[in-house]
Amino acid sequence: MFSHTVFYFFALLAVASAIMMVTRRNIIHSAVYLITTLLATAGIFLQLDAEFLFVVQIILYVGGIMVLFVFVIMLVNLDVSLRLVQFNHQRFVAGALALILGGQVFIAFRVGRGVLPHPVLRSMSPKNTEAVGDALFTHYMLPFEIASILLLVAMIGAVVMAKRRV
Amino acid sequence: MSAPLTYFLDHIWLIPLFPLATAAVMLFCGRRLQNSVVNLLCVGSVFLSFLYSLGAFLQLTAMPAGERIATKILFAWIPAGPYHMLDGRIANFVADWGFQLDPLSAVMILIVTGVGLLIHVYSTGYMAHEGGYYRFFGYLNLFMFSMLMLVLANNLLLLFVGWEGVGTCSYLLIGFYFHKKSASDAGKKAFIVNRIGDAGFLLGIFLTSAVLGTIRFAEISPSLAAGHFAIGDPRITAIAFLFFVGATGKSAQIPLYVWLPDAMEGPTPVSALIHAATMVTAGVYMVTRTNAIYQLAPSAMAIVAIIGAITALFAASMGVVQNDIKKVLAYSTISQLGYMFLALGVGAFAAGIFHLMTHAFFKGLLFLAAGSVIHAVSGEQDIQKMGALSGKIRKTYRTMLVATLAIAGVPPLAGFFSKDEILGHAFRSSHLLWLIGWLTAGMTAFYMFRLLFLTFHGQSRVDHEVEHHIHESPNSMLVPLMILAVLSVIGGWVGIGGRFEHFLAPVVRVQRHTEGFHRVPLIGQEGEFRSEDARKELEQELGATTPAAPSEEIILMGASVAIAFAGIGLAWFLYLKRTDLPDKIAKSLGGFYRLVCNKYYVDELYDALFVNRAKDLGLALGSFDRNVIDDAGVNGAGWLTRFISKVSMWWDTWIVDGSVRLGSFFVYCLGFVSKFLETGYVQNYMLLIVVGLIGFLAYYFYLAHHVIH
Amino acid sequence: MAPTMISPDYYLMLSLALFTIGVIGVLTRRNVIIILMSIELILNAVNINLVAFSRLWGDVNGQVFAIFIITDAAAEAAVGLGIILAFFRNRETLLADEMDLLKW
Repeated sequence: MFSHTVFYFFALLAVASAIMMVTRRNIIHSAVYLITTLLATAGIFLQLDAEFLFVVQIILYVGGIMVLFVFVIMLVNLDVSLRLVQFNHQRFVAGALALILGGQVFIAFRVGRGVLPHPVLRSMSPKNTEAVGDALFTHYMLPFEIASILLLVAMIGAVVMAKRRV
Repeated sequence: MSAPLTYFLDHIWLIPLFPLATAAVMLFCGRRLQNSVVNLLCVGSVFLSFLYSLGAFLQLTAMPAGERIATKILFAWIPAGPYHMLDGRIANFVADWGFQLDPLSAVMILIVTGVGLLIHVYSTGYMAHEGGYYRFFGYLNLFMFSMLMLVLANNLLLLFVGWEGVGTCSYLLIGFYFHKKSASDAGKKAFIVNRIGDAGFLLGIFLTSAVLGTIRFAEISPSLAAGHFAIGDPRITAIAFLFFVGATGKSAQIPLYVWLPDAMEGPTPVSALIHAATMVTAGVYMVTRTNAIYQLAPSAMAIVAIIGAITALFAASMGVVQNDIKKVLAYSTISQLGYMFLALGVGAFAAGIFHLMTHAFFKGLLFLAAGSVIHAVSGEQDIQKMGALSGKIRKTYRTMLVATLAIAGVPPLAGFFSKDEILGHAFRSSHLLWLIGWLTAGMTAFYMFRLLFLTFHGQSRVDHEVEHHIHESPNSMLVPLMILAVLSVIGGWVGIGGRFEHFLAPVVRVQRHTEGFHRVPLIGQEGEFRSEDARKELEQELGATTPAAPSEEIILMGASVAIAFAGIGLAWFLYLKRTDLPDKIAKSLGGFYRLVCNKYYVDELYDALFVNRAKDLGLALGSFDRNVIDDAGVNGAGWLTRFISKVSMWWDTWIVDGSVRLGSFFVYCLGFVSKFLETGYVQNYMLLIVVGLIGFLAYYFYLAHHVIH
Repeated sequence: MAPTMISPDYYLMLSLALFTIGVIGVLTRRNVIIILMSIELILNAVNINLVAFSRLWGDVNGQVFAIFIITDAAAEAAVGLGIILAFFRNRETLLADEMDLLKW
């Protein structure tokens, strides 16, 4: 009961924030709403016993990526974009198609319910962070290294792109 | 017979050929020839024809009476082949270019070439100062050829060739002065009126070949016999009537006489030759030639006689009031032709031919003398402007006097004998017909002497300038006049004692010979008589070369002479003694006088009935042509073309161009899709991704659905 | 203690909803920054899904995968924003419809 409530709370928060984010005229507002969405998502993670991910989400996503976003938003001209049309010319078609996509998957969910046997809930290691670290440095060593190289490249790229040509 | 005795008979085909040759020469190079050369050629050819005719005649008479028929076929002209006759029998149609010389045609060729020769000689003088000299003689010779073909033909079709030929030459010669509208109109009138008659004649020829199976004269009698036709058979009557229709056209009888007075527009020698002596007599000849058919159709003969008599009287009445020399003579000709047909109609075929011959002499002479008079008074033709010429142009006067006496029927000149013959036969046939003929004889004498007196006697009413130039004609004109005058005197003597009739008998009467032809309506082939009447008739005909009662004959003769002198006397009285009377009489007769002066308005009647109706038809057809054919046809064709071009344009715009545009539209449609793929707009690409995703998922779920269920 | 979990359906629905909203945002907005943020939203939706099923199976691999996704999102956001800045400096525009230089 308690978990349901928690779930609903975070879920609704996430969805509402998402909707708000997508519809705002002011980019800063959209950024803020995205932050709240990410926070809500972090809450969901927590409810799912993914403590490490909860923290990573907040530190990385909100603290890193969203800050980056806000920085860039500050660098561009806000006032002009406030007065422009926000939605493009394909909004209706796009909206419809997106809803169709969602609806399709939703129907697939409903139809497929109960087809496969309900999985037995397994228990997870209570030491979540250790488990993740364990997996990360043993099984997923290579992807880890590659991810770090990726980050390096991205960093270089970002610097190069954003640098002023002198 | 040894060769020389039949030379001329074998060469009768040369007789028409001589004038044809010179006519051809005139046609091709006459322009460049001098008058003297033309004279030599043209007159010479006619002279040759005359010699040959004379020779042929003599050789023919040398043959025994029953065998006087010589045939010469040059070539088979139309060998058309077998055909069905009216009653279903098969006959073979063949028209050959063949000549037949028998007493009838012998008489005719002598008249034609003899009188023709004299007129040719006369023309050399009369036409000496006219333009188109060679053309005149060319036409004249062409006419001689046609006329000789007509009389020498051995079948109806070849006769018709000559018939048409003389009609054409008549047209050409009447319209000789073609610059004068009246002359060319007269020529057209002559030809067209002739043509009407020719239509009837042609129908008659067709009917003959359909009914009798032949068109050769020699075969008509045998086929009549073989056909066992009863007297008065409607087919035979139809043939006879149709032939007579042709004769009315050619020989100027009622109702087709109207062309002859207008034909006086032609030069005087033409009037003399064609419209007095020869062409107009072609009808008489033709009826006589086919007398076998006529003798089987009494109703047709009655029509012939009645029309002949009425025409004679009618024309004479018009001749009384004419003031142009040639017109008087023209009406006189119509009247005398009426006499001839009267003779033919009552069965006196020989008498008709006899009158034909004497008429050729004195009427030819009258015309030539009139020409001489006209020549003397510098072209004046109105007798009211003549007078007292007898002392100035003596020779002309004397010959004309002879001719006038002859036509009046004063014995012992030629006209008396022939006219009396006719009146005699007419009397025996019908008293009424005789009465009409007798009265006409008186009128003839009257108006002819009126003509003579007004022209030559009395006060001189000649114009002053003309009076100084009055002169006698040259010898080339006078000599033929004198020869004809002699003939007018002695020409009738061949008829005395019935010798002329006897001569023509083989053609006109029954012949018993098995060879040649025998005509058997009266006598059956075995020799028995068909009926009592037939026997009596035959006996009468064979035995009676003179009429039954000599006293009757003398009384009739006396009556003829009496009325002739009465006419002469009346003319003398009115035109020499009391010259004021004619005008008074004319005034008192008033309307009737005007009616006769205007020729009974017959021309106007024909105009209203036929000529103007034909013109109306022409106008109607013309307006049809203009409005319907031009409007609908030509303009319609134009409209149609424009319409078709509009359709073409529509086709081109919408279908041809349309298919081109369809191609481009197709490409546009394709482009419309592919345009979407390359907008450069990222969100479009995203949209496509989503679309693809939807599709992919749909497929996947579909598969999964099937797996599950 | 005994593992308990709400039925994973809920998390699937949530994930789907966020995903759809994210797709709408990407397709519909003109402002490229918001497009990028919508992409982040999509990635997040996927993360929720992964973590939910990781919990269901009791397997930590899902979370590891989610970590990698977050890493990747970070790199991508950095580079993307760099590009946006560069573009903004050139064209003075943040609107996606005006960035059509690839149109022929």
